[in-house]
Amino acid sequence: MANSFDVIILGGGPAGYVAAIRAAQLGLSTAVIEKEKLGGVCVNIGCIPTKALLHSAYIASLLREAKEFGVEAGAVKTDYGVAMQRSRKVSDQNSKGVEFLMKKNKVTVVKGAGVLQSGRKVKVGNDVYEAKKAVLIATGSRVKGLPQIGLEINKTTVISSDEALFLEKAPASMAIIGAGAVGMEFANIFHAFGTKVILIEALPRILPLEDAEASDTLAKSYKKRGIEVIAGAKVKKGTAAKDKVTLEVEASGATQKIEVATVLMAAGRAVNTENIGLAECGVQVTDRGFIKVDQNLQTTAPGYYAIGDVAGPPMLAHKGMREGVTVAELVAGKKPHPIKYDNVPSVTYCHPEVASIGLTEDQCKERKLDYVAGRFPFSANGRARGTGETEGFVKILRDKKYGEIVGAHIVGGHASEIIHELAVARENEYTVEEVELAIHAHPTMSEAVAQAALDSLGRVVDM
Amino acid sequence: MATNVYMEALSPTMEEGRVVKWHKRDGDPVKTGETLAEVETDKAVMDLVARADGVLRQVAAAEGQTVAVGSVVAVIVAPGENVGATAAAATPATSSGSGKREGGNVATAAAPAPVAVAPLPTVAPADATRVKASPLARRMAKEAGVDLKLVTGSGPGGRVVKKDLERAPSPGTPAAPGATVAAPFPVSRVLPPERTGAAYQDVPLTQIRKTIAKRLATSLGPIPHFFLTTEVDMERASEARDALNKQLGDQGGKVSFNDIIIKATAHALTKHPACNAWFQEDHIRYWHEVHIGMAVAVEDGLITPVIRNAELQSLADIGREAKELAERARNRRLQPNEYTGATFSVSNLGMFDIDQFTAVINPPEAGIIAVGSIVQKAVVVDGQPAVRRRMRITMSCDHRVIDGATGAAFLKTLKQMLENPLAMLL
Repeated sequence: MANSFDVIILGGGPAGYVAAIRAAQLGLSTAVIEKEKLGGVCVNIGCIPTKALLHSAYIASLLREAKEFGVEAGAVKTDYGVAMQRSRKVSDQNSKGVEFLMKKNKVTVVKGAGVLQSGRKVKVGNDVYEAKKAVLIATGSRVKGLPQIGLEINKTTVISSDEALFLEKAPASMAIIGAGAVGMEFANIFHAFGTKVILIEALPRILPLEDAEASDTLAKSYKKRGIEVIAGAKVKKGTAAKDKVTLEVEASGATQKIEVATVLMAAGRAVNTENIGLAECGVQVTDRGFIKVDQNLQTTAPGYYAIGDVAGPPMLAHKGMREGVTVAELVAGKKPHPIKYDNVPSVTYCHPEVASIGLTEDQCKERKLDYVAGRFPFSANGRARGTGETEGFVKILRDKKYGEIVGAHIVGGHASEIIHELAVARENEYTVEEVELAIHAHPTMSEAVAQAALDSLGRVVDM
Repeated sequence: MATNVYMEALSPTMEEGRVVKWHKRDGDPVKTGETLAEVETDKAVMDLVARADGVLRQVAAAEGQTVAVGSVVAVIVAPGENVGATAAAATPATSSGSGKREGGNVATAAAPAPVAVAPLPTVAPADATRVKASPLARRMAKEAGVDLKLVTGSGPGGRVVKKDLERAPSPGTPAAPGATVAAPFPVSRVLPPERTGAAYQDVPLTQIRKTIAKRLATSLGPIPHFFLTTEVDMERASEARDALNKQLGDQGGKVSFNDIIIKATAHALTKHPACNAWFQEDHIRYWHEVHIGMAVAVEDGLITPVIRNAELQSLADIGREAKELAERARNRRLQPNEYTGATFSVSNLGMFDIDQFTAVINPPEAGIIAVGSIVQKAVVVDGQPAVRRRMRITMSCDHRVIDGATGAAFLKTLKQMLENPLAMLL
């Protein structure tokens, strides 16, 4: 039967397309149902285009400092529209890349909105597709506004990242509500393109999920370059007019009025669980709206699995990709290595970058762990001095008795790349001693990792 | 032409052996079939014999050393033959091989090696005992004194990781309930603590302890046990025993309660073949013969020698055989065929004043009887209070083979036979 597959995946984002490839590799006939472009939010309106824009922002800031490095670039002019067009090309290339991978692995791609039916079936338009082994729900998530305070996303003055990624021009001023990864990255981008940026965070510090030292370093860095940061702030009211938005923001006991051309809502995401037939198949959701899954990511309906953002936090592409691989292997009858949810790296690609894995120092304290913190600042790292990226540090939190790496935090240039040494170490249960024993090339930013490990052992060399 | 002397598998389950004593020394002439050394296996002390004529050379395993089955422990060469690079160094099976362990039961721990072991020219074989473990797990194991070889790894490729160490009981923690039932004999092998200030003492597992651990863990966990207890009036059995022993008199040999219980059990099993069975995964083997395994406490463990065809033997024969097997079990001189092949087992802790207990089934057998002590009790007999000798027996049944009613019917027959020993003559 043409409409019968071993595995049907609803959603072609990072979790879905990776699951499809792994399932196909394992000899399962596989179909992916996608109503928009392959690659999902990540490739089209998330991770990938923002990285392109951040690089444009980085070039702008480099050129502004170029004189100091002996390079005269003249007056730096920026054009957000051009940067945006380039980022679209990057996204399209990546989406096409996913399309190519589907073909290469002989995965059938069905265009359209799928609705689950009982009996492991998915209806797309008038067609019904049947899965012999499993249906994987990978419908992802989307941005959400704060309608309760009058800040419904109107796509002109109150926007989300979905619109910000397609702006032709950087606005004159912008209030960004939410200083998590998305808010931090857009603050960085728009500031570099000349926008006056005000970053507003409800929790007491920006990047609230990161280690407090990382938050402090970034807050300092942003303020220094002219981004206004208001943390511990409550947006009491928002009034959107035709070409401006007025916000009433309460912080440190005082209420201030902020008038900006645009508000970017970067607070939270909602999972896409509506209108896909969950209830009809007996797939239940949790109090927080995620799909309820067991250890094997199977939902409350046998034969239906959930992967990626819909399966629960952290809502990160790489976590969804791993879940996709794991479920594909399970369905193929393999015994995949269990996912270590406590070892998912978290990265914010602002400048300087913030990357972390494991527990923060505050979490170590809350859990009353007997730990030792080792630190090494990039200001003492030769390579960082050479490139002028001396902001930030490496901090390793290790168990006092055995040296287990319970958490690691990096703020600095290329932190997103450096963190993986510690991800590998933690995955394999290397302690700080094994990390330190591995010879690190000199001069590199990564040396700071070895030095932080040494510092935790009381033997730091370069400081 | 030199012949390698290998550590042979002297019992079906043997994976490594400890050299207890060399009977031949380097340079001694040996003949095929002659005993070269005594080896402690997981069950008993056995002889390692010569497989060729010649002169024993290159003894590579010292007394007290444990080596893996298949390792070369010496070579036999022709008289005058130059010893070449034929023998490989014996692979130590455990890191604590060379007699450092405390409370050991073989040889003298510090016995000097019989000969100066010449350095062997060959490269030592790859260490087959290498344990895959994460650095963190190694550090934790070292700290806790846990032998990583005994920890099942749950990481990729069986790698021992932190989680496995958190699960592993540290030495000194009370054993699991199953183990307590199975090895209740008050055999103390851990020496009284010396005043060294140490909080604990690590004693490497002996071969027999390793086997007990492995075997029993395959019983109480996977086998769906259930238990049936009944109290038996032993008044008549006691009288019968006294009479029999009087009759045997100076012929030597006495009938014990245990012999009577074995006989009665065997007899009852012939009437209830459903309980005389082995669970064989895809089938059940019902035995026509009755071979009773008899749990015997030995130093550092227990072993169940088998009384074959107990249903056909007289009480006196059972008594003699049981006594002899127990004796040899304690001296660790049982041959493998003497402790394998039981169809049902009896475990008796009466002599330890245990009223009642449950025993762990010895797979693939489907049942075992746990016998408590005989005590005088006030009971009602024929409507009158009376003092009678009573004994509690508990049957452990593998529910995959024996159902409740089946086990109960067998137990009822056994009780009747014990309460009226003459019935065994029927």
